Amino acid sequence: MPNTKDDVYGDHISHKFNDELMELKTEFLTMGGMVEAQVERAIQALVDNDGSLADEVRAGDKKVDQMEMDIDEEATLIIARRQPTARDLRLVISVIKMVADLERVGDEAKKIAKFAIKLNEEGQAPRGYVEVRHIGNHVLAMLHDALDAFARLDSEQALRIMKEDKRVDEEYQAAARTLLTFMMEDTRNISRCMSVMWVLRALERVGDHACNIAENVIFMVKGEDVRHTPVEEAEKVVGR
Amino acid sequence: MSVNETISSAAEQREASVPVQDVAVEKKREDMPVQEGKTVGLPYADDPKFKLRNVEVFYGDDRAIKDISLDIARNEVISFIGPSGCGKSTFLRCLNRMNDSIDICRVKGQLMLDDEDIYHSKRDVVELRARVGMVFQKPNPFPKSIYDNVAYGPRIHGLANRKSDLDEIVENSLRKAGLWDEVKDRLDATATGMSGGQQQRLCIARAIAVSPEVILMDEPCSALDPIATAKVEELISEMSESYTIVIVTHSMQQAARVSHRTAYFHLGHLVEVNETSKVFTSPEHELTESYITGRFG
Repeated sequence: MPNTKDDVYGDHISHKFNDELMELKTEFLTMGGMVEAQVERAIQALVDNDGSLADEVRAGDKKVDQMEMDIDEEATLIIARRQPTARDLRLVISVIKMVADLERVGDEAKKIAKFAIKLNEEGQAPRGYVEVRHIGNHVLAMLHDALDAFARLDSEQALRIMKEDKRVDEEYQAAARTLLTFMMEDTRNISRCMSVMWVLRALERVGDHACNIAENVIFMVKGEDVRHTPVEEAEKVVGR
Repeated sequence: MSVNETISSAAEQREASVPVQDVAVEKKREDMPVQEGKTVGLPYADDPKFKLRNVEVFYGDDRAIKDISLDIARNEVISFIGPSGCGKSTFLRCLNRMNDSIDICRVKGQLMLDDEDIYHSKRDVVELRARVGMVFQKPNPFPKSIYDNVAYGPRIHGLANRKSDLDEIVENSLRKAGLWDEVKDRLDATATGMSGGQQQRLCIARAIAVSPEVILMDEPCSALDPIATAKVEELISEMSESYTIVIVTHSMQQAARVSHRTAYFHLGHLVEVNETSKVFTSPEHELTESYITGRFG
């Protein structure tokens, strides 16, 4: 049973409604935890050349997909039964959108696992794994912080994640340039480097999804949509 | 460790790392007391139909309305919401002086309809109520025929000299109220034999018949079934083209559906007035938020 004490969604007259919203929040965070683990393990499988771990990650994606559908159903029922308004409405709508982001992060993890298997089978010396590890850690931290910002309704932390996204993009560009040099050095590297490039791309997308979640957190807390707006605008909204 | 075990243990870790307490409860209810005479949001309008300033209503010594200022724009649908006893009906009834019949009731402040003082001592209240019509919670047709119910107002106000003029007014009013097709063949039938929804629309037709400028509605759908409610709401949207409509409702969804602006009342204060879309997605005042999300009421 979720702990409804002291929670901003836990003080409705209807206790059942409190429980439903708390359940939705908890389920979302559980899915977030699952997806985080998926990405972490996919990177692990890649850099450790662990084919069986990569297989496990690919199998684990089914559970993530199921969770997405379950949470969507729960949110739909809340809308049908409770007609939520204001902050409750913003929570439900945001969860529906953020769940889609988490599911996509799960897909990116699956994609990384697929390349881990491919690279493992090809079995050549690792190129670009330092970059993968570096960007991987960066986006995992962003994802973790985004989920944490959601749990604590912390719009300032969400804003920090939005700012972080630009840095990930820069790191991705730099890593791409490094891989390009490897490819120019020896054309036999091309196929392998391209695989690593796809992995980096997937990680960069994870950062984007973490950023989307952060934007939704700001919407939940502040009631203003900061998607497709410059970070400076979001800064003003959060500062209000 | 299997995939599932690893995944769920990671999920547990993540849950454990998340503190339950929320940091963003920036404005708790207690931190946002109602300031007398201060309304957040958009209480004023350009070129208002009603201009209401520092309105106070007393029942004996009891102050039921506390220093409320509000503009109601032309052709606007505005809804008044709030918990029982918050003063929304009392305030609505000031707009056509329905409170006059209550001996202990006193109204203070400036209440202007098109720059004319509603409470002026020489004001003709009958004429005022013809301009500002009212529809009540329970349909209250006269125990007369459908035709006579609608024709009653135009007759006493002398709006029709000939039978044919009166017929036209009756037909037009019933058409506007979306009732004509249902009753055109039985205009002589007694009105009390109609269904609740039809009776309520008849009362709206009766209000329209005297060509009012404003229609006040005090919970017009609370005694109606969902279909009849939908018809009345549809009617409200259509009527907003020609009339200013003020509606008191206990149904928040109804306020969200029909009105342009929503005003939230609390213990005789007007706490917030805002665009309806804003009120139901991100209200400014914590009290409004608490009420519409079902945290008290």
